Amino acid sequence: MTALVPTVHSTPFARAARMEWIKLRSLRSTAWALLLTVAGMVAVGVVTMAHTKAPSPAKAAVFDPTNNVLAGVALGQLVVGVLGVLVVTGEYSCGSIRSTLAAVPDRRTMLAAKAAVYGTVTLVVGEAVALVTFFAGRAALADGVPRPGIGDPGVLRAVLLAGAYLSLVGLLGIGIGALTRHTASAIAALVGVTFVLPAVIGGLSGPTVAKFFPTMIAGNSLAVAKPVADMLTPWTGFAVLCLYVAVTLGAGARLLAHRDA
Amino acid sequence: MIEVKGLTKRYGPNTAVDGLRFDVTPGAVTGFLGPNGSGKSTTMRMIMGLDRPDAGHALIAGRPYAGLRRPLCEVGALLEARTFHPGRSARAHLAALAAAADLPAARVDEVLATVGLSDVAGRRAGTYSLGMAQRLGIAAALLGDPGVLLFDEPVNGLDPEGVRWIRDLMRSLAAEGRTVLLSSHLISEMALTADHLVVIGQGRLLADTSVRELTGRGRSLEEAFFALTESASAYQGTAHPTARHENASHIEPGRNPQ
Repeated sequence: MTALVPTVHSTPFARAARMEWIKLRSLRSTAWALLLTVAGMVAVGVVTMAHTKAPSPAKAAVFDPTNNVLAGVALGQLVVGVLGVLVVTGEYSCGSIRSTLAAVPDRRTMLAAKAAVYGTVTLVVGEAVALVTFFAGRAALADGVPRPGIGDPGVLRAVLLAGAYLSLVGLLGIGIGALTRHTASAIAALVGVTFVLPAVIGGLSGPTVAKFFPTMIAGNSLAVAKPVADMLTPWTGFAVLCLYVAVTLGAGARLLAHRDA
Repeated sequence: MIEVKGLTKRYGPNTAVDGLRFDVTPGAVTGFLGPNGSGKSTTMRMIMGLDRPDAGHALIAGRPYAGLRRPLCEVGALLEARTFHPGRSARAHLAALAAAADLPAARVDEVLATVGLSDVAGRRAGTYSLGMAQRLGIAAALLGDPGVLLFDEPVNGLDPEGVRWIRDLMRSLAAEGRTVLLSSHLISEMALTADHLVVIGQGRLLADTSVRELTGRGRSLEEAFFALTESASAYQGTAHPTARHENASHIEPGRNPQ
């Protein structure tokens, strides 16, 4: 009965990924959210740099304008993370998950395809916006303030890791979405992990525990050209984040595979 | 061919589907009947691999759903009216499904024409009426030209023209040699559309027979259905016709109860 001949022969994962790509770009909310991320991060970076003053001689050694220009990552991660949550929970709230699973019955493949597509899109957008923000913010620095160069020690690494961070939070959103399958609880968990818990724990016990939370890693380990005392080093912080993403996606995939859809 | 082999599904202490066993054969429309809560939808969800059975299994062309290589080319299903994102157009929704099955993009326009949605295919599907949503669901089911089709209440929300269109579609799909499983509450519609009937109540098989045979048991198919499901209805209204007659006989005519 299958008179239709498939156009090409590809793996189930490749087919699922093409499906997710079409789904992602056919929603207007995707473009709006990514535009908001770009506009917000560039704006925060420019405003922060315009207000950055030349350091006193005592503080010149720790002066790190690269960290200032990337301040908008805190905002960008929220939009990218919430959109990541919606990539999964949006399907459950509107019922389209049943179409998706009819086409891709293996739920691990389905989640892997979502993560691959959304992770790639947010990585590209994240790196682009981090670079644009750096140069726009650098241009906004007042005269007399030392300008960071992209070739200065640690600067390119800080910019690129800040861009990658957005993608990692997007993947964290997908993983949390797969764990709860409900928009409200998943967003609450995401905001709790990125904003609430590090603030509370940091306030109570200083950086000892708080330095392991994503936003703290982003602001103090990744987006820094000069290392910050008591914080994780850039690559340790990056590895810790990758571990969080792997564990969350793994647990989400496992739960999806065992639950009724 | 769909083979349901001892499917069982429990939700806590309740058994929604209880050792259900039947086959759906090609070349005929098989009606799937049962009172509300009898387990029809749960059974269809288990056939589609959406719900995990506690016991038993269901096979499509000899394989569990998850084992199908290109599922959309083997099984088409309409389980609920809205299984699409309201912000996506019908064309994008179908294009995504077509990509998952390696189907040519032209196939999307073909099924849009088949269900009569060509003119509104670029509109956000969230703006569709229930009837249009049903048509989009049917377009998705037909997309891969599958040999096995499952429809759960497909005539919901359709106007008389749409109801007739579904009836003709079901019959022509079966005439082409496909396996068609169709659930509906509308017994009159079932009498016109189905060749064979699987009747369940409280998750158990009550009848697996031809429409002709079941109709022959009572004055009509409806009467035969009520006789069959009388003891197996999970939710019965208190104002059952029989009960009302009994109550009425206690009131003497012409006398004020006070």
